Amino acid sequence: MYRYDEFDAAFVKQRTDQFRDQANRRLSGELTEEEFRPLRLMNGLYLQLHAYMLRVAVPYGTLSSKQMRRLAYIADKWDRGYGHFTTRQNIQYNWIKLEDTGDILEALAEVEMHGIQTSGNCIRNVTTDHWAGAAADEIADPRPVGELLRQWSSLHPEFSFLPRKFKIAVTGAPNDRAAVRVHDIGLRMHKNDKGETGWEVMVGGGQGRTPMIAVTVRGFLPERELVPYLEAIMRVYNLFVRRDNKYKARIKILVHELGAEKFKSEVEAEYAKHPAQTTEVDERELARIANYFARPTLDKQSRFAPHFEDAKIKNKEFARWARNNLALHTDDGYTIVNISLKPEGGIPGDATGEQMRVMADLAERYAHDELRVSHAQNIVLAHVKLEDTFAIWQELVKHNLAAANYGLAGDIIACPGLDYCALATARAIPIAQSLSRKFADLDKQEKIGPLKINISGCINACGHHHVGHIGILGLDKKGEEFYQITLGGSSGDSASIGTILGPGFAGDEVPDAIEKILDTYVKLRAPGEEFLAAYRRLGPAPFKEALYAAA
Amino acid sequence: MPLLKNNTFVQDAWETLADDALVGDGARVIVSLARLLKDWDILAKHTGLLGVAVPNTTRADELAPYISRIALIVLPFPAFTDGRSYSIARHLRLDGYRGELRATGNILPDQLQLMQQVGIESFEVTERFPLEAWQHAARLINSTYQRGLTRAGNEKEVWSLRHQGFQAWEEQPHAG
Repeated sequence: MYRYDEFDAAFVKQRTDQFRDQANRRLSGELTEEEFRPLRLMNGLYLQLHAYMLRVAVPYGTLSSKQMRRLAYIADKWDRGYGHFTTRQNIQYNWIKLEDTGDILEALAEVEMHGIQTSGNCIRNVTTDHWAGAAADEIADPRPVGELLRQWSSLHPEFSFLPRKFKIAVTGAPNDRAAVRVHDIGLRMHKNDKGETGWEVMVGGGQGRTPMIAVTVRGFLPERELVPYLEAIMRVYNLFVRRDNKYKARIKILVHELGAEKFKSEVEAEYAKHPAQTTEVDERELARIANYFARPTLDKQSRFAPHFEDAKIKNKEFARWARNNLALHTDDGYTIVNISLKPEGGIPGDATGEQMRVMADLAERYAHDELRVSHAQNIVLAHVKLEDTFAIWQELVKHNLAAANYGLAGDIIACPGLDYCALATARAIPIAQSLSRKFADLDKQEKIGPLKINISGCINACGHHHVGHIGILGLDKKGEEFYQITLGGSSGDSASIGTILGPGFAGDEVPDAIEKILDTYVKLRAPGEEFLAAYRRLGPAPFKEALYAAA
Repeated sequence: MPLLKNNTFVQDAWETLADDALVGDGARVIVSLARLLKDWDILAKHTGLLGVAVPNTTRADELAPYISRIALIVLPFPAFTDGRSYSIARHLRLDGYRGELRATGNILPDQLQLMQQVGIESFEVTERFPLEAWQHAARLINSTYQRGLTRAGNEKEVWSLRHQGFQAWEEQPHAG
C-alpha cells in the first residue's frame, strides 16, 4: 500500500499545525464560529447534535494494521471506545472535544493519516472498490489512480471553495462495486485492443434530494490525461454551476440544466484551450505510486484446501460464514474475507477499539498487513489463504465479528441519522437494529438471497437509500418520524434509482412492511432470480398490493 | 482598508471610479466591467493605467479583447465559500495575462496562500488581522501537489521534485 515520502509527511504535518492554530484561534475567540466552520470542515470536523464529530480519511478505503490500531487508540482515548465506519470508506468519531482535535490529528499524522477534505465544499476523499487488487474480475488495481487524485485534489487552490462537496469514485473492475455512476465524477477503467489503459469518465451522478445517474463524457480517456481533464471538468463546474441555491449547486444539476451534450462541449472547449504543458510527470508519478500497490507475494497454494473443506463439514456455522462472507480471489487457494460489522441488533459500521485491534492483528497475521473499509460499512481482508480462514473465523466469533450475513438482508447500510446528525429528520440506527433483529434468522436471510437494504435519516441520502434494492428514507411529519420505502435501486453496473412504493410507515411498522415485501418476492420469484431482477421483471404492483391493499 | 502586496501593507496607487466619475489624465483608475464595455472607445485612449473590477460571473474570455491594455483586474470574493474568482484568476494566468490580479472581499489569512497560488498578487484586507498574521499565512504550507501554479510563497512543486531530471513547470511570466 501507499507510503508517505518526505513531501507527503511534511504536507500533512503542516496542514495539521495549521489546523491546530485555527482551532486555537477559534477557542480564543479570534475567529468567529462562522469563519471557523469552513476551515474545520476542510479538516473533517463537524459540529453535530451533541458534540464535535471528527471524520478521518481512509483514502480509497485501504489501511495498514498499524493504522487500524491507531484508530482504536483514538476511539479509546478521545472518544467513547468506538468508531463508526462510513459509506465513504472513512471512519468517524462522534464524541470529540474541540480542544483535543490538534492532538488527535497529530496522532493520525504519525501513522500517515489525516482528516483533510473528509468534509466541506471541496473534493472529498476518493473512494474505490473494496476488493481492489484482489478481485477475480478486475482489469487492474484502481488505487494508484485513487492516490494520484488524492494528491492532486489536496488543497487544490482553485477547487477548495466549491459551492458544494465533490465526490470522485474509481473502479478497475467491470462489476462496479464503487457505485461510480452515482458520484459527481465516476471513473471506470478499460483496456483497448492495444492493451492500453484508459478511463471512462462519467459526470453528474449523485444521490441526495435529486438522485441522478451520471452521463459518460469520455468513453476512453488516456490514463496520462486524467489530471488535466479532471481540471477542465472542475473549472467548468466551479465557474458555471448555480450558487443561488445549495441544493442546485451540485454538478449533476449543471449537467442536467445544460444538457449532457452542452456540458460535454464546455468541458472539451476548456480542455482544448488549456491543455497540459506535458503529462509526462503525471505518468511518472502514477508509475511511482503504482509500485506501492504491487501485489504482496502470495505463496503458491493448491486449489483444494483440505483443512478448509474439512472445517466446513465439521462446523455448520463456519460453513455458512464461508459461504456468505468469502469472495472469489484471483489466485488459487486464496480468498477475500469480508468481516461484517452488522451483528444482530448492532449499529451498522460501528466497531469498538477492541474489535479494531482484533481485526488489525488478524490482518497482520493472515492478510499481508492490510485492511479495507467498504462503502457498505464492513471490513475486508483482501489476500487470505483459504487454509487460514477457520482460524480467522474462530477469532472473529470471540469478538462478535463473525456475522455470516455479508450481502444479505442483515447487511444493512445506514447513516447515523437523528441519533447523531444535525441534519437528520429521523432516526436511522434503530430502524437498522429492528430490521436486523427481525431478520436475525440466517436461514431465512440465505433463502431470500443477495439483498441491499439502505437507510437514510434524511433526504441528503448518506445511507444511499436511492440505490438500495430496498431503500428506507426517514422523514419528519409534524414532529413524527415516518419512513418512505423505495424499491429497485442499484449502484451496480446497471445503476438505477429506486421508486417510492406508496405512503410511508411509522418506525415500528417498518420491519413488518419489509417482511411483506420480501415474502412477496419469495413467492413470485423465478428459480434463482435475485430480488433486484425480480423487481425489475415484476414492477411495483405486487409489492404495493402486499403492502397497501390488505389494509 | 489596508492593501497587502509583496508581504507588506502598501499605499493603494489606484483609484476606484464610480461609473459617472471623470477619468483624469494619466491617473491609475479602476472602472467597472460595465463601464469598460460601454466606454471602451474613450477608455482605450486613456493616458494612465487602466484597471477593471469584474463580477465573478465574468468569463475570462470576455476580457480577451481588452487584456493587453489592462494593468489590473480586481476579483471579488463575496463569501468564503464562493470560489469562482479562483478559477477566473487561474484561467487568466493560463491565458497569459501578465498584469496585476487583486482580491477584494472578506478575505481570511487562511485563504491567502491559495489566492497567491492562482496568481493573485494584491489583497484588500480588513484591519482585524495584523501584518504578521498575513506574512505567516503567506507561506504556511511549503509545497503543492499541483503543477504550474504561481509559487509566490516559494512552494515546492512535489511531483516535479519527485521526478528529478524533469524541470518544474516554467514559472508563470508574471511571477517574481
